[in-house]
Amino acid sequence: MKFLRPALVFGGILVIWHVAVSIFDIAPFILPGPISVITVAIARADILLGHAGITLAEILLGLLFGTFLGATSALVMAYFRQARSWLLPVLVISQAIPVFALAPVLVLWFGYGIVPKVAMATLIIYFPVTAAFYDGLRRTETGWIDLAQTMGASKAAVLLQIRIPAALPAFASGLRVAAAVAPIGAVVGEWVGSSAGLGYYMLLMNGRVQTAAMFAALFVLAIMSVCIYFAIDAALRRLITWQPDGDPAFR
Amino acid sequence: MNLPNTYFGSAPPGLCVRNMQLGWESKILVENLSFDAAPRSWTCLLGESGVGKSTLLRTIAGLVKAIPEGVFEGSDDAPVEGRIAYMAQQDLLLPWLSATSNVALGARLRGEKPDLAKVAELLARTGISDRAMAKPGEMSGGERQRVALARTLMEERPIVLMDEPFSALDAITRTQLQDLAFELLCDCTVVMVTHDPFEALRLGTAIHIVRGGDNAGHVSLFPPGKALRDPTDPDLRDAYHAIMDALSQRRDTNSEYRAASR
Repeated sequence: MKFLRPALVFGGILVIWHVAVSIFDIAPFILPGPISVITVAIARADILLGHAGITLAEILLGLLFGTFLGATSALVMAYFRQARSWLLPVLVISQAIPVFALAPVLVLWFGYGIVPKVAMATLIIYFPVTAAFYDGLRRTETGWIDLAQTMGASKAAVLLQIRIPAALPAFASGLRVAAAVAPIGAVVGEWVGSSAGLGYYMLLMNGRVQTAAMFAALFVLAIMSVCIYFAIDAALRRLITWQPDGDPAFR
Repeated sequence: MNLPNTYFGSAPPGLCVRNMQLGWESKILVENLSFDAAPRSWTCLLGESGVGKSTLLRTIAGLVKAIPEGVFEGSDDAPVEGRIAYMAQQDLLLPWLSATSNVALGARLRGEKPDLAKVAELLARTGISDRAMAKPGEMSGGERQRVALARTLMEERPIVLMDEPFSALDAITRTQLQDLAFELLCDCTVVMVTHDPFEALRLGTAIHIVRGGDNAGHVSLFPPGKALRDPTDPDLRDAYHAIMDALSQRRDTNSEYRAASR
């Protein structure tokens, strides 16, 4: 039952898509039918997988760096009172400037390789990770901190043994958002300038009016993003078992 | 093995509270609150919500700064810092730790090696040995408060401050835990904030009713007999009425009520 309904929805969309393309007789270079997309995807599987591998590497590296930077910033802000007023503006500015606007600059600085894409993905997830984790660190149950204080705990011990574990569920929410938006950063980077990756391949096929191949790349990207999201979600659920799970449908 | 109720050897210090002010810097609700908490007994603080009883406990525990002039110290004239254990209304168990690790929390936080044999012993004495590995989320409210009690005992502090520790429990569990706490803390100086006159009558050697408003101040009561008492005992009826009178401001401030000894 758990997989039946999503599968039905997905299959239903494919059927509607196929029927719509047939009935309205849409030109294949505007909207190719699902069958031709799947055919192209199978025929060019190795090319697509090669590009997918590069995009995947960009996304995962971006997630790694973004999470590390975000977690560090949040910890510094939570531990050092003075750091808050210095870091908060940086945090807000990092979100206020659209990554799309930064993409050309990053390509200019770091070239056409993997680096500017990783930087884009890092930038795009830095804010959600930092904001969520910092929020979690700030909202520690005050009773726990009081208790620790009467037990003679140091500030560092309170942070390590109480505030950080208590903030992990919030951190996990930030990571979930990060997992969902990291592919955007990577693909935008590829669009602006690159020689490999699914975004590059989509632009290339777009230019050659091979719309079916473009859709196939999009398809692979979507599957990849969904897999990354659910893998991270499953890992977090397994690691953070005390997280209150309000929605009984997801228990 | 020496366990908490034989730990001190000598009597624990009492707690002297002198001229404490309750409320906030901007608005003092009660002035000149003074009372003594006698060693090896329970002192209960009763009073309406918002009068600052919890803040008083937090001040004594060193969690908030005293509004100037307030003095509290051990009856041995030494400061109380480092000699206090604190137990709140919520069990304050960390949900990611087992019962055992929660009991050993103080040692873990101080970077000491927890005495696991003692943890097991205390879990046995609080009657939850079988839940030693359970997480708080898998335990009932009563079991969680037992773990909290074991954690308090683990600290081996002579003075124990309690802020409505049993108020979230159902009547039967509450009575069981009162008995258990009374037995296990018999060698400590306990100061407990409560809203329940029966609880105060059951456990308190001295009961101080704190109130703000026009008749701000406090009324002290010393119910007859020795704790643990049976609050339905007819002998306690007068004391109960005295508490209710004091709470509803029908009794003079700074008066004392002592039952005629029978």
